[in-house]
Amino acid sequence: MSLTIKEAKKLYRDMLLIRRFEEKAAELYTEEKIRGFLHLYIGEEAVATGIMATLKPEDGVVATYREHGHALVKGIEPQKVMAELYGKIDGCSRGRGGSMHLFDKEKNFYGGYAIVGGGLPLAVGIALADKRLGRERVTVCFFGDGAVAEGEFHESLNLAALWNLPVLFVCENNLYGMGTRLELAESEPDIAKKAESYRIESHRVDGMDVLKVHEAARKALSHVRSGKGPVFLECQTYRFRAHSMFDAELYRSKEEVEEWKKKDPLLVFRKRSEELEIWEKIGADAIEKEVEKIIADAVDFAEKSGWEPVDELTKYVYSEEVPS
Amino acid sequence: MKKEITYREAVRIAIDTAMEKDERVFLAGEDVGRYGGSYAVSMGLLEKYGSERIVDTPLCESGFTGMGIGAAMNGMRPIVEIMTCNFSLLALDQIVNNAAHLLHMSGGQFNVPLVIRMATGAGKQLAAQHSHSFEGWYAHIPGIKVLTPATVQDAHDMVGLALDDPDPVLIFENALLYNRKGPFDSAAKPLPIGKAKVMREGNNLSIFAYGINLFKALDAAEELAKEGIEAEVVDLRSLRPLDDETIVASVAKTHRVLIVDEGWRSGSISAEIMARINEKAFYELDAPMARVCTEEVPIPYPRHLEEAAIPSAEKVAAAVRTLMKEA
Ligand SMILES: Cc1ncc(C[n+]2csc(CCOP(=O)(O)OP(=O)(O)O)c2C)c(N)n1
Repeated sequence: MSLTIKEAKKLYRDMLLIRRFEEKAAELYTEEKIRGFLHLYIGEEAVATGIMATLKPEDGVVATYREHGHALVKGIEPQKVMAELYGKIDGCSRGRGGSMHLFDKEKNFYGGYAIVGGGLPLAVGIALADKRLGRERVTVCFFGDGAVAEGEFHESLNLAALWNLPVLFVCENNLYGMGTRLELAESEPDIAKKAESYRIESHRVDGMDVLKVHEAARKALSHVRSGKGPVFLECQTYRFRAHSMFDAELYRSKEEVEEWKKKDPLLVFRKRSEELEIWEKIGADAIEKEVEKIIADAVDFAEKSGWEPVDELTKYVYSEEVPS
Repeated sequence: MKKEITYREAVRIAIDTAMEKDERVFLAGEDVGRYGGSYAVSMGLLEKYGSERIVDTPLCESGFTGMGIGAAMNGMRPIVEIMTCNFSLLALDQIVNNAAHLLHMSGGQFNVPLVIRMATGAGKQLAAQHSHSFEGWYAHIPGIKVLTPATVQDAHDMVGLALDDPDPVLIFENALLYNRKGPFDSAAKPLPIGKAKVMREGNNLSIFAYGINLFKALDAAEELAKEGIEAEVVDLRSLRPLDDETIVASVAKTHRVLIVDEGWRSGSISAEIMARINEKAFYELDAPMARVCTEEVPIPYPRHLEEAAIPSAEKVAAAVRTLMKEA
């Protein structure tokens, strides 16, 4: 494992940032500061963190509605993400997208998409454009195991492989699509195997261990960057919270959730870095403090931000500048 | 240069010109390359531009339409061809939930300069899964533009207009128009998106039509002129945005309205046009507005039933005669 202290620190900090950000979001939701659908990523932090740590700023990301973590570690300012959850004008999508539709063009964050499977063809097109325009860039596409049953999953894998495009597909297999367990949704529940049938290099990764995800992503990206075509990573993970804030969680047992919590990515990271004898050097307390301040600032920023004036309601339906 | 060419040639010339001018333009769709296009629009372009720019896709309307959206978001100028608008329903999620919504949902950050071309319309005995007219449905959706070229000149010009537009534009080409010849001036300045055009002046009533029905309306107007009825015929050209100004000006001149629409009557674009005239020019009307639409059935296979289902010059003329008898 070739990991510098600096890299290790960043991995821990990013995971903690997602964790604390979302804990705060859940709190704000019960206070009714945040409305709509709120899908928390808690438990799955190692996936976004491990993958994103290997990306360059110019690489593109397409995500789903459970994308706070992806947005944060891709570098969108936490203040702008929080303001977006509030629906405020300083949000990263001017408050128009909300929790499920975070966008940031400057950070090459192509958005969170709430139609299951709908982001996959976009990632194919973004990658195709990069290839045609000769840009050295990779597009990473995140989606859940639920998306595997959609036609667009199969259409997109086929196109990406057929055209040898620079896409990294990352399936966040948390075993459930809302309340439906993978085995009830897929005749072949081995997702990596499905991807392989499209002649895409595919791997299964322990998605609770950020170091393993990071390592897999590093290899995957070097494959993609060298022009050898798409790679598929199935990251096996688990969400500790409900699907959304409206979910009574009738479909799984408390014991199962508790069992998975033993594999909490923060705990796993601590254990692994103790083995590597670097835990002491991470400075966990200082990171905790730093993150606490970031979250407090984000909430403060969101609180103070204004609402978009209603007379701007129909703005951005069409572009303002149309050449004549 | 002025000459007579077919509608098909006009579209091909436009694509060819755009591809020559701008490296970012590419054409993608089922059988656009080696087959030459299911309506032979792209015949010969593969040889000229190669398979990276004339892209044969597998059968996956949602996948390749979404691919076009992603490419458009990322600096390309894709033209996606969908064989017929019936198949576009498989891509409806991408067109509506992504292409039409992205600019707004991203707070103005991501525009989608994508062009989607599809064949539309009945009249070739292709039965109910190959003959429909969904342009009116698409015109319901904010965020996209919907063009319905009728003339050879527009078949050409609208491709360029759509490519220059920063937003997603859908072009509906009536399948029966591809072989039709008409005048074409390669140097003409295109009439912008969102403008209707008066194709025949008249004082007795206004006929609003688009696509192939423009010609049915013009034929009917010729017949009616022999009976002393002078119809004004307006080519709508663009169903979204609709040119309210030209529509209202024509109503104010003639005071009677007939709309010809190849979509089904209920909830159609003709219903929308009536509503707008009602809102903006009600007191100009001398008679209730009328319309000729497709009968409310899936298009049948036998010729006599198909003909009975869709608008025709005879139906238009008959509707006008009835309309002229009103008050
Ligand atoms: C096309 C579509 N169908 C249904 C839904 C409703 N829905 C929202 S999330 C979800 C489950 C998706 O599960 P998965 O892809 O595994 O992602 P996870 O929520 O586990 O991250 C469903 C069915 C939707 N958003 N889009």
